[in-house]
This record gives sequence, structure tokens and C-alpha cells, in this order.
Amino acid sequence: MPNTPVLRLCGITKYFGPLAANDDISLTLNAGEMLALLGENGAGKTTLMSILFGHYVADSGTVEVQGEALPPGSPRAALTAGVGMVHQHFTLAGNMTVLENIMLGTEPLWGFRRNSARARAKLGALMERFQLRVDPFAMVRGLSVGERQRVEILKVLYRDARILILDEPTAVLTPQESDHLFATLRELVNQGVSVIFITHKLREVMAASDRCVVLRHGRVVLETSTKATSAEELAKAMVGASIPQATRTPHPHGEEVLFLDRVNASAPDRGASLNELTLSVRAHEILGIAGVSGNGQALLADLLSGLVAPAGGNIVLRGQTVNHLTPAAMIRAGVGRVPDDRTGTGLVADMTVMENLSTEIYRLPGFSKRGMLNFKALASRAAQLMDVFDIRCAGPDAPVRKLSGGNMQKLILGRVLSQGPHLILANQPTWGLDVGATAAVHQHLLDAARRGAGVILISEDLDELFQLSDRIQVMYQGRLSAPQDTSVDRARLGLMMSGQTFDHRGAA
Amino acid sequence: MRLEPRESVALGWQVGAPLLAVIIAMALCSGLILWAGASPLSAWGLLLKGALGSTFALTETLTRATPLIFTGLAVAVAFRAKLWNIGGEGQFYVGACMATWLGTGLITLPAWLMIPFLFLTGALAGGLFLLIPTWLKTQLKADEVVTTLLLNFVVLLVVNWLVFGPWKDPMAMGWPQAAPVIDQAMLPILVPKSSLHLGFILALACALLMWWMMRFTIWGFEIRAVGASLKASTFAGMPVRATIIRTALLSGGLAAMAGVSELCGVKGYLTLDLSPGFGYSGIVVAMLAALHPLGVVLSAIFIAVIYIGADSMSRAINISNYIADVTTAVCLLMVLLAMFLTRYRIRWK
Repeated sequence: MPNTPVLRLCGITKYFGPLAANDDISLTLNAGEMLALLGENGAGKTTLMSILFGHYVADSGTVEVQGEALPPGSPRAALTAGVGMVHQHFTLAGNMTVLENIMLGTEPLWGFRRNSARARAKLGALMERFQLRVDPFAMVRGLSVGERQRVEILKVLYRDARILILDEPTAVLTPQESDHLFATLRELVNQGVSVIFITHKLREVMAASDRCVVLRHGRVVLETSTKATSAEELAKAMVGASIPQATRTPHPHGEEVLFLDRVNASAPDRGASLNELTLSVRAHEILGIAGVSGNGQALLADLLSGLVAPAGGNIVLRGQTVNHLTPAAMIRAGVGRVPDDRTGTGLVADMTVMENLSTEIYRLPGFSKRGMLNFKALASRAAQLMDVFDIRCAGPDAPVRKLSGGNMQKLILGRVLSQGPHLILANQPTWGLDVGATAAVHQHLLDAARRGAGVILISEDLDELFQLSDRIQVMYQGRLSAPQDTSVDRARLGLMMSGQTFDHRGAA
Repeated sequence: MRLEPRESVALGWQVGAPLLAVIIAMALCSGLILWAGASPLSAWGLLLKGALGSTFALTETLTRATPLIFTGLAVAVAFRAKLWNIGGEGQFYVGACMATWLGTGLITLPAWLMIPFLFLTGALAGGLFLLIPTWLKTQLKADEVVTTLLLNFVVLLVVNWLVFGPWKDPMAMGWPQAAPVIDQAMLPILVPKSSLHLGFILALACALLMWWMMRFTIWGFEIRAVGASLKASTFAGMPVRATIIRTALLSGGLAAMAGVSELCGVKGYLTLDLSPGFGYSGIVVAMLAALHPLGVVLSAIFIAVIYIGADSMSRAINISNYIADVTTAVCLLMVLLAMFLTRYRIRWK
């Protein structure tokens, strides 16, 4: 491997107020190398890449590309120097073709006509060379997520980037698409492009990278060749201590707490409609729902939260058919709901921790009387939950908006689990959480199942599903597969997630 | 230029910033007074003296503040739930009409019953009236800013028809006004030889009641939660529809009580100029008070000071009393800016 540095960051320091987002970070990227940048949320990964790309100006430190210093605060300079970035959220125009999207921004602003023929030839050569195939005349809105990502990468390569930075590139991909992505990146690296990818998934780092750098609290805590390290060592470096992994102890399942019998539902803006959904959850059981986002999981979550009424079929909760679905009715029926959108749906961000802990129970006797809130009871309950669920905040009167994602989730779990639910719906419960908070959430869900709740865990993270679930069902375009044992092969599940070999348990 | 939310704001700034804003607004308006050829210092002095300098001035100011407290509370309650009630003016007249209909002889009760009866029926009418746009909002997603605003003109036209037509007082020498309410309906005067009436005490009581409700009751909790996040309060199983309807009844009722109070406390009979825009000024009052019910009392008195004081100032040194309108407008802009800047900081790139 040629060991010439193409990119060198020296002593990058960036403060936001009193907080050091980046504290004297130095790292180098060699030509033809795949570097993984690893760290928890808030470790400073994104800040570092934003400084490299000129979105932020560092308080001190320099960025050198091919031995030349980049002027700070100029994204254009970074582009010209051959640094390209693929963001987590794609920046493509859906109503344009692939070719038009790639040409966007590369043509002179006051040009008389577009030179499509030359662009097409250049794009064709790139696709040939890097084995990245997309139909240049397809509308972007018709492309799959994996294809869109390929367009984003082509867009960067089209601008002659020699250094490619990808921010959490696999967050929206199926396992197969992820494998495909890393094969593509390997091909790029073989041809001399250098790649940095930001992630917190250890499996990807171990499988794909040549070298990895771990950030914690804005500092580099570990820099090592991937061959010389292990997933355990990386996890420990990320968190600063070894986190006990939540482990599942199988438990005999009890009676059925939820039975969905051929349920149909649809709602605007909620992705795929639910089509003849049948599932069953028993006490002590965790049922995982796998699938690429947008395949109906949001609607299933809304249905079980009481926000959407089914258009057909039956919902049976602990032997009772539920006809009138409202959020309040579901809470009364003992359904604990953990939504995916914590700040928007789960919590009233501008209200206090105590108020948010109270939103589902304040009308119960004991917490209010003759229309008056019993602040004493609410406050002592809040103090107790903050203690038991380890909700770290300035106090019960702190606005929830100021809490970290992990503490917000612990608040929601505290509110839900304190009511002793029979069924728990957890939709993406660890999305965007760091390792420590993720472990806490997992442990709470496992404990709840051990105490006798049935849990539906909707997640896009297969590792999480395999770690927690007793059985897994795959959701694809609003339909559910037959339940799979957790001994099922990961690749087989991946194929089902992309719609191939999908044997759904339908009406028949 | 970019806006960044501030992490935390010291309590001192939260109180101090609006006060500073008022001082800056006064300084800006001093420029106008200077331009009009008077000394700002003596002008402001005369304004304060005219509004607070004697028992008479003080009672005039508090009398003027009374309807502003009611309409300010109406807006504060509604805006807290993100129900944008711009129809305070219409609800004011609905309350006044109700009091005219019932209080000019249709029903006669002793004063201690008549007055509560008129306030309650007026409030009920105003509340029900606000339910029309509220229903259109919840059922048809009609924007209540538009519907409540336009209903103001509908009400004014109806009042116009009433005072020129069926309710026209034959004893009023042809003036377009309704018959006066009966004596039992008139609010007692609090300070002899002044116009300060019982409505002021009622307004203060309403402010206290609203503060207590918002702070300590289930209803207040629900109103604040629904206003802060409709989505999250729906998800938590709160009675969102009932809360919005309750808020509308309260808000419309409070604005209508301003109408009853002006009719039975000051004028005695319904005319088209019973309100010089009290319904709209209520929005200014509520915004200056940051929607806090007790703050509404202070900001209503502040606005009343400026209007009453400006009248006597303009008589004394011959400056147009439009300076009052300009001052309140600039104060509002400055206070809104101050509240914005206490929440966000501006970064120049």
C-alpha cells in the first residue's frame, strides 16, 4: 500500500461555547486507503468533517490536501482540491434525471446551453471504470435508496474528487445494499481514491476498513490498523469503558397479549399501506419487525399507538377485540408506546421533565382531584422515575428540549414502563442513541419482557433485532413475512427485506 | 446571518430585556417628539402626569385598562393553545349585544343578580360565537386567523343594522344607538366622582383565575400541552378536541365580558363606537405580557397609561395624540424583538 498522505488534519480545535467539539485532533489519510472514523454521537465526527469541508472554521489547526493548505471556511476550495462528501441525507432533485442531477452545479451559471453530450460521455466512462451502474436518464424519484446513493457517489466522482467522505452511509441501506456499497468503495480505493466513512457500526468497520480512528469527547482516543484490533477494543475505546451488553435469557412465553388478524390500514404520508397484516405476540416475548424504512412500519406503529384506525381486520388485545382505537384507549388497555420521533411525537419539547413524565397519567385519581393537579404526587413520582431510569437533567423542572437523546428516551421509557404495560410497542427505540444509552434501553425492554410484557420491536438495525428478539418478522411493502426464528441466516433476512423470496403469510 | 437558539437565559434577562425594550422604544419615540418641536422629557413627564398624576387621571387610566385586561386575557388564553383568535373585537360586540338584548328591560332582576347574569350570558354568547370558527378549524382545517378576523366585520355590520334599525332608541334624537340598559344592570362606581367601575375588579379577578387555571389545573395543563405540541399531546392521549373547544369558550367569553363591562360600566347603551379597537389592542396587550395572565394586567395598564397620558399631553403642548399609537406600536415591536433575542442569538457570517 502506498503510504503517501493525501489529506492531513493538524491540531484541529473547535469550541462551541465552553464545549470542545474537537480538541487538538490530528489525522492523516493515505492514498488508496479506506479509513473508518468511529465515535458515539457528540464525539465530534461531524464537526471534524464539517471543518474539513469548510462548513465550519476551526479555532486552530490546519487542513492540508496533497500537501497544500486549504483556506478555512471555503467549501468551494475543498471541492476544487478534490474532496467530495456524500451526506447521510441525500441532496438530489427527485424531478430530474440522474444525468441532470450530476451536472447540477458543474455548468457555468451564465452558460447559453448545457453540454449534455460531453457530460454523458464523462459519466459513462466513470460508470465503466468504477463499476457503478445507474441509468443516466432515469428519474431520481423512481430510484431505490441504494441507487440514489450510487448517484451521490457518481456526482462526487464527476467533480474529479480524489478523497471521498461518507457520513453514515449504511444508515438507510439493507444488508445487501451495504455489502454492495462496500464492494464499490473497495473498487474505488483499488483505483487510487481515498475514502473516509463515518459510522458507529463496529461490524462495518471490521469488515471494510483498512485503518480506523476512534473519537471520544472531541479527542482521538485510538488510531489503529483494522487488522490489529477487535470489535471489543473499538467499543471500549468509543465508550471509554466496557459496556455490559444486554443479554436475552429465554423465558417460557405466556398467553397471547396481542393478535392482529388480517388488518388493513392506510394513511396519507405514511408510506406503504398495511395489507392483511397478521401477527401474534405473547407475554414474555419480544417480536422483532425488520425491514427497510418506508415499508409500513410507521403505519403499524401508528395503528398500535391508537393514532390510526384500521380499515379492516381485527385487533385483539389480551383476548378482547378493540374497536375504538384512540391513544387514550390504548394506554388504558395497557399498551406502552415508545415512538420513533422522540422530540416531535413522544415529548412536548418545551415542557418540563416532570410535565412530560405526567402526560399519560395526570388524569388518574391520586394525581389530580376535582380538576386540580396534585403537584406533590406528580413531583414525587417524577423524582422516583428520574432516579430509577437514570434520567440525567438539571432537575424535574428542566425543559425536555435540553436533554440528550438518550435521556429523552429514558424519560419516555420511564413514563411507559411505570404504568406496567402488558404490551410494549418500541419503534426504533435506539435510533441515534450512543452505546451506553442503547444498552440501557435494551436492558429496560428485556426486563419488561421478563416481567411479563409482550414487546413489539420495530427496528432497521438487524444487530439489535438479533440481540433482543425471540422471533423476527420482515415487513415489505405493507406486508409481513411469516415469523422467522432468530437462528435464521442474516443474508436470508436481507433478501426478504429487499422483497426477494418474500413469502408473506396472507389470507390463505 | 444565522440564528442559534440560546442554551439558557438568566432570569434577570428574561425580565430585564422587555423593560429595556420599552426604554429603547421611548427613546426612539423621543425623536418624533423632538421633530414635532417639543422637549421629549417634558412630553413624557406630561404624559405620566396626565395618566397617573391625580386621582382622576389614575381612575381614568384604570377604567381604560379594564376592557384591555379582558381582551388581553382572551388572546393570552387562546394563543397559549395556538388558537389564533383575532376576533376579539367581534366577540366584544357579541357580549355588548347580548347585554343590550337582555338588559334593556327584557329581564329585570335586582342588581346583585342582574350584573352576574349579564356577564355570564354575555360570556356564553361570546364563547359560543368563537366556536363557529373553531369548528371550521377542527372539521375543515379552515384557518382561524382569517375566519375570526372576517367575522369581526360581520358582527360590526349586524350591530350597524341593529342600532340603525330594530334597536334604535326613539329617545336618542335620531342618533344611531340602542336604548340604555336598566339601572340594575349598571356597574357600581368604585371611586366617587370617577368613572372607575366594578368591571375593573372583575377583570383583576379574571386575571387571577386564569393564572390559577393555567398553573394548577388539568385544563391549564392541557391547554399548555396542546399549544406546545399538538402532535405530542394527541399521542399522549390528551382530550385535544375538548381542550380546543374549552379554550375557545374561555377566550370568546373573556372578550365578550369586555363588551358587557364597557356597556354596563361606562357608556350605558350600545353604539357603533363602543370599542375603539379594544379587541385588536388585546393582541398587543397579550403579546407584551408574553401571554402571562398576570402580566396582562400590567401591560393593559401600561397601554392605558400611554393612551390616557398622550391625550392630556397633546392638549398641553400641542402634539398630535397619534404619538400614543406610534409609541405602543414601537413598544410592541421592540418587546417582540427583545423576546426573540433572549431566545436566539444572531451570528454574522
